Amino acid sequence: MRIILFIIQKEFLQIFRNKGMLPIIFAVPIIQMIILVNAATFEMKNIDILFVDNDLSTTSKEIIEKFIGSDFFNVIGKSFSIEEAYKKIEKNEAEVFLHFPNGFERKLIREGVVDLDVEVDAVNGRAAGLITGYVSMIIKNYNQSLMIGKLVPNIKPWKIPEQINIETSYWYNPKLNYKTFMVPGILVILVTIIGIFLSGMNVVREKEIGTIEQLNVTPINKYQFIIGKLVPFLIIGLFEFAFGLVIGKLLFDIPIEGSIPLVFLCVTAFLISVLGIGLFISTMNDTQQQAMLVSYFFMMVFILMSGLFTPTESMPNWALVLNKFNPIFYFLKINRMILLKGSGFLDISKEFFSLIGLGFVMLNLAVMRYKKTL
Amino acid sequence: MTTTPNSPLSTPNSPLQTPHSQIIKVKNLVKKFGDFVANDNLTFSVEKGEIFGFLGANGAGKTTAIKQLCGLLTPTSGEAEVAGFDIFTQPEIVKKNIGYMSQKFSLYNDLTVYENIRFYGGVYGLSRKEIKERIGFLLEKLNLEHVRNTFLKDIPIGWKQKLAFSTAIIHKPKIVFLDEPTGGVDPVTRRQFWEMIYEAASDGITVFVTTHYMDEAEYCNRLSIMVDGKIVALDTPGNLKEKYESKNMDEVFIKLARNEV
Repeated sequence: MRIILFIIQKEFLQIFRNKGMLPIIFAVPIIQMIILVNAATFEMKNIDILFVDNDLSTTSKEIIEKFIGSDFFNVIGKSFSIEEAYKKIEKNEAEVFLHFPNGFERKLIREGVVDLDVEVDAVNGRAAGLITGYVSMIIKNYNQSLMIGKLVPNIKPWKIPEQINIETSYWYNPKLNYKTFMVPGILVILVTIIGIFLSGMNVVREKEIGTIEQLNVTPINKYQFIIGKLVPFLIIGLFEFAFGLVIGKLLFDIPIEGSIPLVFLCVTAFLISVLGIGLFISTMNDTQQQAMLVSYFFMMVFILMSGLFTPTESMPNWALVLNKFNPIFYFLKINRMILLKGSGFLDISKEFFSLIGLGFVMLNLAVMRYKKTL
Repeated sequence: MTTTPNSPLSTPNSPLQTPHSQIIKVKNLVKKFGDFVANDNLTFSVEKGEIFGFLGANGAGKTTAIKQLCGLLTPTSGEAEVAGFDIFTQPEIVKKNIGYMSQKFSLYNDLTVYENIRFYGGVYGLSRKEIKERIGFLLEKLNLEHVRNTFLKDIPIGWKQKLAFSTAIIHKPKIVFLDEPTGGVDPVTRRQFWEMIYEAASDGITVFVTTHYMDEAEYCNRLSIMVDGKIVALDTPGNLKEKYESKNMDEVFIKLARNEV
């Protein structure tokens, strides 16, 4: 135990003497929060829209008015040629166009039903989905106003054909604020960087400068070594998380519904598992470059599969199986649940114990792989 | 000076039943790296309190041998006991009883003199009080009190080597292994370094030192000369010079290295 304390003391001295370290610890969270949270939003504004109006009727004009009045759309013009509209999409000048065919209004009045062409640039599938959603929402609203006011002017309101109205209420994030959703996720990425990179680089650096050889002739045992290397970064990681949380609260006013001590208990479990991975990687590599590449690879895979950007529910089954070994997947879920929903320990216990298990396995692997001989 | 009645080379097949005073016992030690034999059937022993020199050209296998005795490398075959413990089965107990100073400078450049010694004192299990006392004593003896709080990277290499040696014996080990400790050090500092080695030996610490400086070889109680992974001679410097009819160790070494004998 005393030996571990000496190692921790030495690590802290070295970490804080490293001039590159303090900026990393303080600047990274601030910059990440400001840039990523604002940039990584799924909300779309100013969608460039074009209208091909071959009908030139009151209906088509009214629909176009609706789009002009919307925050989401930026009307870039009207045209009479579909070819021209496609060209605009090809040149990225428009993201979507609506085509009102000749006789659009006539057909609507005569038959009560008419098709409206919506052509969307779907290079980015997610954006295309959102655009379609916004377009249909506007059309649907117009439809309803048609039913009430225009098409059936002689029918009294109570005689409107019955329809099912969908009332949506958004739980936990009532304003559908993406920042609220992103901040807990970005926080997770933040501590992951500390966990995987700093710890791993640290051990490999000792290998590179040769000081590890001197450590290896001392009676320090493998557990003491790994724990001595783990604890300083665990403490820095916890501090980093707290710092990020404060920034999130101050800058984005994210809700903190759940218990703060519970969050920190979970961060600790999470950090132990990612630090275990970082240390394990460092025992397998001899240079910082190698370790960096391997860490980077794992971090990318873990982050992309974690559900930060894409919902894990839509992933194929094999991906869900892989995610059972992904600490970021668990912690992201926990962090959002506690911070946004106010979930208690019982709600997140499955994920929590999975993290503990992963941490235990990774640390033991790191201890096993760490060789005191060359 | 300590002398041994019978050189282990003369009786290479004798069992490892040796008197109590032998602190390092090595028998038929072999280390191979792939097809390359770095240490070819080494057999020797070191007496307690002796300054034992390992002499050889670069690549002769000195460092490989020392690393095996320190538990940093696992031998391919053979038997070896250090401080009474088997290096195959009890390497971690061996480590408690030895000090090691590697060829490559290995204290922390970003820690101060004081912090470096404190760290190693700590990991060898000394109490805070002991550490404090020993650092005070040591810095005074080395005349380095004025750099107590200086980063190691800012002090001259000669001082660093002295500190590395003092740190290697901070826990008063039974044996200290020095792997070319005076590489890149000026003659005056080398002289002082050897004074420190003698002092450690007089405190009862057995010194196992590798070198390729012939003048240093003369300072050893006994010498083993390695050529291409084999021990080709082992005796006191005086006996070696006599046997090979040479004026100094330089000649002995060149004769042996060129296979002229």
